[in-house]
Amino acid sequence: MPGFSPNELSSYLIIGAILFTLGLFTVLTRRNAISVLMGVELILNSANINYVAFSHFGSGNADGQIYAIFVIMLAAAEAAVGLAIVLAIFQIFHTIDVEAVETLRE
Amino acid sequence: MDHPIPTDILRWIVFLPLIGAIINGLLGAIIQKKMGKGAISFIACTPVVLAFGISLSVFFQLKGLNPEQRFLIDNLYSWITLGSLKVDMAFLADPLSAVMILVVTGIGGLIHIYAIGYMHDDKAFWRFFAYLNLFTAAMLTLVLGDSLLLMFVGWEGVGLCSYALIGFWYQDHNNARAGNKAFIVNRVGDFGFVLGMFLLFWSLDAQGHGTLTFREIAKWASTLQGQMIWGVPVVTLATLFLFVGATGKSAQIPLHVWLPDAMAGPTPVSALIHAATMVTAGVYMIARLGFLFAMAPATLHVVAVIAAVTALFAATIAVTQNDIKKVLAYSTVSQLGYMFLAMGVGAYAQGVFHLVTHAFFKACLFLGAGSVIHAMGGEQDMTKMGGLRKHMPRTFITYLLATLAIMGFPGTAGFFSKDGILEEAYGRGGMGLWLAGLVGAGFTAFYMWRQVFMTFFGESRADEHTKHHLHESPGVMTWPLVILALGAFPVGMFGLPAFLGHHRFVEWLEPVFGHGHGEAAHLSHETAVLLTVISVVVALAGFGLAYLMYYRKSSAPERFSALAGGLFYRLSYNKYYIDEIYQAIFVNGTLLLARIGSLFDQYVIDGIVDGSASLTRFISWLNGLFDNYIIDGIVNAVANITFWIGNRFRRLQTGNINSYLYGILIAVVVAIIVKLRYWS
Repeated sequence: MPGFSPNELSSYLIIGAILFTLGLFTVLTRRNAISVLMGVELILNSANINYVAFSHFGSGNADGQIYAIFVIMLAAAEAAVGLAIVLAIFQIFHTIDVEAVETLRE
Repeated sequence: MDHPIPTDILRWIVFLPLIGAIINGLLGAIIQKKMGKGAISFIACTPVVLAFGISLSVFFQLKGLNPEQRFLIDNLYSWITLGSLKVDMAFLADPLSAVMILVVTGIGGLIHIYAIGYMHDDKAFWRFFAYLNLFTAAMLTLVLGDSLLLMFVGWEGVGLCSYALIGFWYQDHNNARAGNKAFIVNRVGDFGFVLGMFLLFWSLDAQGHGTLTFREIAKWASTLQGQMIWGVPVVTLATLFLFVGATGKSAQIPLHVWLPDAMAGPTPVSALIHAATMVTAGVYMIARLGFLFAMAPATLHVVAVIAAVTALFAATIAVTQNDIKKVLAYSTVSQLGYMFLAMGVGAYAQGVFHLVTHAFFKACLFLGAGSVIHAMGGEQDMTKMGGLRKHMPRTFITYLLATLAIMGFPGTAGFFSKDGILEEAYGRGGMGLWLAGLVGAGFTAFYMWRQVFMTFFGESRADEHTKHHLHESPGVMTWPLVILALGAFPVGMFGLPAFLGHHRFVEWLEPVFGHGHGEAAHLSHETAVLLTVISVVVALAGFGLAYLMYYRKSSAPERFSALAGGLFYRLSYNKYYIDEIYQAIFVNGTLLLARIGSLFDQYVIDGIVDGSASLTRFISWLNGLFDNYIIDGIVNAVANITFWIGNRFRRLQTGNINSYLYGILIAVVVAIIVKLRYWS
């Protein structure tokens, strides 16, 4: 099987892709707002894996890893904001089901 | 004729009465109130008397010149200069106009004085004299004008004053209507006059000598010889038109109908205008243009025939009339016929001579009738009169003298003038014309003596009230009568026929007329005497018949009236129903035309106008439909499509975050594919 060994770049990319797809799937289909945020985290982390993998196998310097730390920081900030929004929505709608928040329809 | 003598005195003959008219017309009401009727009389009569004085001096001035030089011109100013038309405001005095102004101012002056007495009780005294003066001024303009145009100004002026004076007592509707009738019938004639004037000028202009001045026309008239227009000689047509004008003004058939009705005016008006002056304007016009008429024998023939018919015809109507003024009116029409008869056979001087003598005795008759009416308290019906000679001797005597004159009693002025005409008619015109004139003369004698007998002789048929008021008229009215009646005699002496001496009147007018048209009737001595004797006999026969019927009452008038089942009587009494015929044809015809015109205007014209309005409305309605359905339709359709598209797209906005994220995912995938495939 080409590229499945831990020494190959492609295996890490595949893992990143799988994670990304799972994260995307979670964002698109989950009804729970917190779950959607978890999915967003998955996507971000998949991007991190990509960064690190390329940093190790690609250029050899630590740029990718620095970027990964930025992304983790971003993810944390964004999660905070996201949770704040979910809180606000809960205060108004008394639910965090994303399909219930559709007052902007039509 | 070619070297007229300039003068500046003629204008005063016209201006003096004109000034009197203006003063009395504008200020008369005030003057009458403040200074009384005497002042008005003075303002009115003095100008005419002064004008008479000037006329006399002009006459003597002419007499002192050689016959070829008897021509005075008073040129005031150049009136019209328009292309080839050049007319001056100028007056001319030659033997003919000298005669006319003497008649107008002399007899007019006497009538002015008479009217002071006659109109004494009238409140509109000042208005009467203003009109009378205006009339005199206009008549003098007519006879003194040196061009057809100026003559026409006077022509119209006298027509206007005639209308104003006939309808003087306008409060009575009939008087106003009579005034209208006079003016309108006159207008018909004037139309002919104007056409003649235009034709004359036009044809003269075509020869290169366009003019309306009498002297110039005389100079160039020969260039019109042989000129034709529409198949007839120009001169004949022009003179015919002018004669139509004369027919209207001088009350010849068929335009005579206004004169009897004009008797509605005050008697001095009848005397002045409808006996002595205005009605003679037609005769004067033909005399003035005699040379032109001489070139158109056809017209002269028409003139003579119409004149003879009128003379006879009017005389037959006069015999049955009971109104004293109507008898005199028809008599005037008849006598005018005699004048035109003379003109028609070319004996111009004789015609003018009869004009002069007629002016004297007809004015005397009318004024006498006025005196009678005045005494009878306004009554004009002779069947209610009688025996007046005892109460009004002076009126009676003058009336008698005038009657002798009009019937042609030997020695009177009327004898010489009428006899002169009959003689010329026989010699130049033929048996028919002479016979008509002769029979007319017989009728004339009859109806005049009928009138005298009915009015002055016999028992009075008036009611008691009137009988007590019978009195002779005041001096201011009877003295003019005397002057007129007596003055006729010396005038007669001017017209002695050939076998009694020379005809001074004809000689006087020779510079103007030459010998008239054609040769003078060179009748032998015996024929002339025979003709004279016949006319005297006929006149005496008329007198005799009247004497029998109305004085002796032996053959009663009723027997004559019953002739032919009363037909003749009725025809005569009803003036041959001419007025009724005219009313039916012309008056009703015009009204019918007016009604047709009005219907046409209402239905056709208004129909077209309304129709175009409806059409416009219809088109705008169509426009509206178009606008409503098509234009608005498009606009609405656009809006509807937008709405429908919007409706469809609205479904995208679910408010559901998941679906939004789906959308984003799809878009990203598509973008990546597009980039990978189409962009390297």
